[in-house]
Amino acid sequence: MSASTTHGHAAAAHAHDAGHGHHELPFWRKYIFSVDHKVIGVQYAVSALVFLFFGFCLMMLLRWQLAYPGQPLPVIGKLLSESTMPGGVMAPEFYNQLGAMHGTIMVFMGIVPLAVGGFGNYVVPLQIGAPDMAFPRLNMASYWAFLPGGILMLLGFVAPGGAAQSGWTSYPPLSDIATTGQTIWLLAMVLLITSSLLGSINFIVTIVQLRAKGLTFFRMPFFVHAQFVTSFLLLLAFPPLEAASVMQLMDRLAGTSFFLPSGLVISGEQLHVAGGGSPLLWQHLFWFLAHPEVYVLILPAMGIIAEVIANNTRKPLWGYRLLVYSAIFLGFMSFVVWAHHMFMTGMGTTMSTFFQTTTMIISIPSVVILTCFIMSLYGGAIRFTVPMLFATAFLPMFAIGGLTGLPLGLTASDIYLHDTFYVIGHFHYVVAPGTIFALFAGIYYWYPKVTGKQMNQTLGKIHFWVSFICINGIFMPMFWQGMAGLSRRLYDPTIYAHGRAVQSLNVLISWSAWGLAIAQLPFIWNFFSSLRRPKAAENPWQATTLEWAAPSPPPHGNFVTPPVVYRDPYEYSVPGKAKDFSPQFAAGEA
Amino acid sequence: MDETKYGFWFPPDVSVHGRQIDSLINIVHWFMLLLFVGWGAFFVYCLIKYRARPGHTASYLPPKAQFTKVIEVGVIVIEVLLLFGFSTPVWFRYKNHPPTEKDALVVKLVAEQFAWNFQYAGKDGKFGKTAEANISADNPVGLDAEDPDGKDDIITVNQFHVPVNKPVIVQISSKDVIHSFNIPVLRVKQDAVPGARIPIWFQATQAGHFELGCAQLCGLGHYRMRADVLIDTPEDYAKWLAESAPPPAEQPTSAAPENPQSAPQK
Repeated sequence: MSASTTHGHAAAAHAHDAGHGHHELPFWRKYIFSVDHKVIGVQYAVSALVFLFFGFCLMMLLRWQLAYPGQPLPVIGKLLSESTMPGGVMAPEFYNQLGAMHGTIMVFMGIVPLAVGGFGNYVVPLQIGAPDMAFPRLNMASYWAFLPGGILMLLGFVAPGGAAQSGWTSYPPLSDIATTGQTIWLLAMVLLITSSLLGSINFIVTIVQLRAKGLTFFRMPFFVHAQFVTSFLLLLAFPPLEAASVMQLMDRLAGTSFFLPSGLVISGEQLHVAGGGSPLLWQHLFWFLAHPEVYVLILPAMGIIAEVIANNTRKPLWGYRLLVYSAIFLGFMSFVVWAHHMFMTGMGTTMSTFFQTTTMIISIPSVVILTCFIMSLYGGAIRFTVPMLFATAFLPMFAIGGLTGLPLGLTASDIYLHDTFYVIGHFHYVVAPGTIFALFAGIYYWYPKVTGKQMNQTLGKIHFWVSFICINGIFMPMFWQGMAGLSRRLYDPTIYAHGRAVQSLNVLISWSAWGLAIAQLPFIWNFFSSLRRPKAAENPWQATTLEWAAPSPPPHGNFVTPPVVYRDPYEYSVPGKAKDFSPQFAAGEA
Repeated sequence: MDETKYGFWFPPDVSVHGRQIDSLINIVHWFMLLLFVGWGAFFVYCLIKYRARPGHTASYLPPKAQFTKVIEVGVIVIEVLLLFGFSTPVWFRYKNHPPTEKDALVVKLVAEQFAWNFQYAGKDGKFGKTAEANISADNPVGLDAEDPDGKDDIITVNQFHVPVNKPVIVQISSKDVIHSFNIPVLRVKQDAVPGARIPIWFQATQAGHFELGCAQLCGLGHYRMRADVLIDTPEDYAKWLAESAPPPAEQPTSAAPENPQSAPQK
């Protein structure tokens, strides 16, 4: 190992003096309005985890109504207000609020900020050997657009009429005529999108400009490639939704009718607006963002999986270049598949054939990426550490999510499956046991980097196994509900005969969801209590990438001496070497 | 309604075109299962065979695996087949070859929060003119009282009568927000987009009592926006037509036994 990793505290203090720190910063500059990518990364990650848990709580509440429609919720039901749960029974308006806010929070305030704002911010500069992001103040501005945006979004619940309730997709005209909560939703979205835009440009410049000496593009860890592609998606796909959000705000506040056609009659009253707008325009603008968004959710997750798999199989990734090309191709293709969300809007054969063809094409790089990951296991010496357990589970879970996309992407089968629970099962397999498991893998994997402490592995294993069983108990039955024809977003599915036939599955799903919540308790305890554990080794996973060249936790400015890169990212088990890992930053015979 | 027909898989299919959709869904699932079980077996094999244990080291060189290329090419071939051998032709046949209006029963549908309003042309086979300005609680589609074509029109709310074994064209529209016309047993689904009138068609193969539901979130009453789909034998259908025809020279009124009007949006 090189000298730079073994110095420990003395070196850290030295770096602080030599690098950035001219004098000790006041508390609020150091931990609140910080420009240090690591502090911002932790701020992003912690806020996102809190939002994720809150979004999960909304869903647990909603699952009561689905499992036991119309029955009063014991204890908690009495604590909530009369307008949301009169007599402890959920009101349909409140059900719709919970659904819309769950989706919004999980995607825009949970997973994206954790995957990009948290892991991206913290890990990317370290993995490319940079002292910080290219534009530290922009980075700070990004977080301080995100947090107020997130808080504003939650304030929707105290607005007159409650939070946004037109689905996370907010289709007009429904959203145009909805209560004040929708205005708050739009304003919050503008802030959240601005935050992502500021972050994405920063990532692109940082990765292009600030790589360490010797770190060519094809020596970058796959995680950095994944974040690089993700940043382009954020940069190019978010502006249409920002524009669309402002247009919807104008519809609601200024009397425009971008999304309102002429001649609407709402509750028996003619709506007096100029008209001439198109409700479908919103859907095009929304999905032009929201499909690339799916890859914003999954690419950083794949990046984490690549790091964890290489590290724990103790061999180079299989098909590293193929992975990179696939990620780039995935990024490009993600811009031309959006209308597969709109097959039921009255689309003709030419358009629908184009979009189902692009949708089938985009499945190919996903298959290639999964193939590379599975082939990476072949010939390895697999250590089943906690991060590796989550990464291992990611593979079949993501495979289920991806495969069940096929019948939805094909137009003819989508006629039946569109907007059923099959869709809910499909995309949750991609983002929940897929992306969120990858994010857990990342938390367990980089916790020693961020804190200098190792998390408890036994608690981690309990967390993994119980979560794994419960999460499948939630999402697997949804495919059967969807095949039975059960529509999503129904306050009371037992209204329909085909809903009554699969109602028993709703009970199973809800209890699995509550079980999943209990499974997070060991994680939460582990997350905080491990801060008090003894100092872990400098490179506890015996990893090869550059973040482990810095002390843990890295000081301001990151590296004691600017690192130099000598080799490919995953040089594990190189024949003839004494150790089974040869770090990128170790000169000569490592 | 016969509850025993519904279970954990497809509800009964009572349409002419539905069989093709069902078989596509089944074929895709067999393909998915094959891929998942195949890769899954290899995955589990790797996890067991290459677990870390004393005396076992990882091999630095990648395995020469031609079979991955074979599988990837196989996936591409099967997807192309699904795309152009099944999905596109099924969609094309269904969407581009609707029955002609001459041979079919044409029904106009206006969706609203949270009800389905059906307009039948009546004896003369001509639809009366409608306008938003005429819409009221008694006149949910806004039928023009002056128009002679509309005198014999039949308006129903949440009751959708169609004859069996005859093509039916439904011209779908909405007066307020987006809804989605969804009859699982007929394998039809079409968004009702305000400002547009979108035709879809089906032909039922069995008489019976089924359900129509809204599949696009449309507000607080979305879940209860359901209608009875009554597929009648030709005799029953003729009988229903005769019973429902409005008495001559009177205002058309709702023929539905009950008239659950939309709750006002809060």
